[in-house]
Amino acid sequence: MITINHYMAVSAALLLIGTVGVMTRRNIVVILMSIELILNAVNVNLIAFSKYHNQVTGQVFAIFVIAVAVAEAAVGLGVLIAMFRNKGTVQADEVDLLKW
Amino acid sequence: MITYTSTDHFVLLPGLLLALFGCAVLLLDFLFPKDVKGRGWLVGIALSGVGFASWQSWQQYLYLKAHSMTPLVAFNGALVLDGFALFFNGIVLASAALVMLISYRYLEDEKEHHTEYYALVLFAACGAFFLNGGLDMVTIFVGLELMAVSFYILVGFLRTDKRSNEAAMKYLLLGGFSTGFLIYGFSIFYGLTGSTNLAALATVIPARGANDPLLYLAIVTTLVGLLFKIGAAPFHMWAPDTYEGAPTTVTAFLAVASKTASFALLLRVMLVGLGTAREMWEPLLTGAAVLTLTIGNLAAISQSNVKRLLAYSSIGHAGYVLLGLIAGNQTGLIGVSIYLLTYAFSTIGAFLVLIALRRRGVAVETIEDLASLGKRYPYYALLMLLFLMSLAGLPPTAGFIGKYYIFLSLVESGKYGLAIVGALYVAVSLYYYFRLVRSMFLTESIEAQVLAPSNGVRLVLALTGIATIAMGILPEPFLRMAAISLGR
Repeated sequence: MITINHYMAVSAALLLIGTVGVMTRRNIVVILMSIELILNAVNVNLIAFSKYHNQVTGQVFAIFVIAVAVAEAAVGLGVLIAMFRNKGTVQADEVDLLKW
Repeated sequence: MITYTSTDHFVLLPGLLLALFGCAVLLLDFLFPKDVKGRGWLVGIALSGVGFASWQSWQQYLYLKAHSMTPLVAFNGALVLDGFALFFNGIVLASAALVMLISYRYLEDEKEHHTEYYALVLFAACGAFFLNGGLDMVTIFVGLELMAVSFYILVGFLRTDKRSNEAAMKYLLLGGFSTGFLIYGFSIFYGLTGSTNLAALATVIPARGANDPLLYLAIVTTLVGLLFKIGAAPFHMWAPDTYEGAPTTVTAFLAVASKTASFALLLRVMLVGLGTAREMWEPLLTGAAVLTLTIGNLAAISQSNVKRLLAYSSIGHAGYVLLGLIAGNQTGLIGVSIYLLTYAFSTIGAFLVLIALRRRGVAVETIEDLASLGKRYPYYALLMLLFLMSLAGLPPTAGFIGKYYIFLSLVESGKYGLAIVGALYVAVSLYYYFRLVRSMFLTESIEAQVLAPSNGVRLVLALTGIATIAMGILPEPFLRMAAISLGR
């Protein structure tokens, strides 16, 4: 029997993988993908809780999360392209003009 | 059954107007051929959008006043109109109008004059409205992202400038990351309550008990997202880079509108949603506030770039505002409101002096660029002195009133330790603000060519200067506004 706890464990694992990805990866595209992973962890949570509470609110919330994640990814890739044109790199550690 | 009542319409209208005028600016842009002076009209349309939204907000205020400030709940509890939302909406509207007035020339000089800029400012303001008035987690999330995504684009608006690109990229990656945490916290809140409404959250917490691990996880992840948005340590690292790399007009807007709306959200989540779990988040916020004060003020000392210095000082200010929330009494909340109001005008003013000087041919980047400003442009130097005094919290400027109420609230609630820490860091902040002043008045000149500033810049400088002085000398009406923000 798969209970709500299993879904929450998967979601927590996704959150952890996404966090580690954001912290350790150098390629900005991969970092953006890791952020998507975190948002999908949220979606798993929301859908599971939606089923658990027997209501649709969580599913509606998840659709909003998906839509907003798309907007954010679109802007992220746009900024990335602008940066690639000027600097010729998508590596996070080569982005170092601004620091103390 | 989905309904759209006249109450819904009344509460929504200012935000709706901002969004509609934003769309109108984007569409009307096609009517004008490129490189035509007629684009000035589009700025006018964008500004009139802010004007209409302000007028409608004023109507809302009159309505609330006639009904003894009873909050007006719309959309089945998703959006609320109360004094608190109105107060913060007012700050957002004022900053949007001021920023649009100063942006025209700035963008022309940067050769990036596109009407999208004004549409994005309007959209960001619209998103901020939903943060100020949102009671439902879905509404808050969409409003937050509307504001954040608009700001990501605005920060990277100078497409050919490497530093602007870099600032936008860092802001976007860290912003997306922290939003993910915030929403993760929200999803667990939803799981605990079965409702996305913040008010419903308050009723569930007592039943879960004080040390429920799931509740603790949700509070911590939500706080990560919220502390990032207000630029508080340990999630402040985006702020200096973003403030430095962004176009200076956007920096001013980001430092004011984004920060105040995020504080409105923080207050709403902590006091409405988690008010009954105070013992769980108060230690966390206290730690964050002390860390924020320390990092913001100590890191500002060693900065040589003025925008970066102001960014660290703005991190420090977030720490003071958090102290007002931690004090937890009415004085503290009045302090938070009045502090954010005074901070808004002083910050826009300080960044604006940098813009005005850049207009005059001085590339203001480092503190040395401000050298002997007192001799060359005494008016600007005096205005800068005024804004810096206000940011440092010296009487008779606006900043003093904000700091006074924050410290008063800490003493009233018996948190003497925090009051002492805060006061010590005021002394530290005096040191780095007066490094700028020393550079302006006591160091030798470098040659610079003179250009006339635009009328918009002059107007906004005068307005922010007058506001900064007026709040310091006659704080009474502004304190009444702050009291209104608490529904009294």
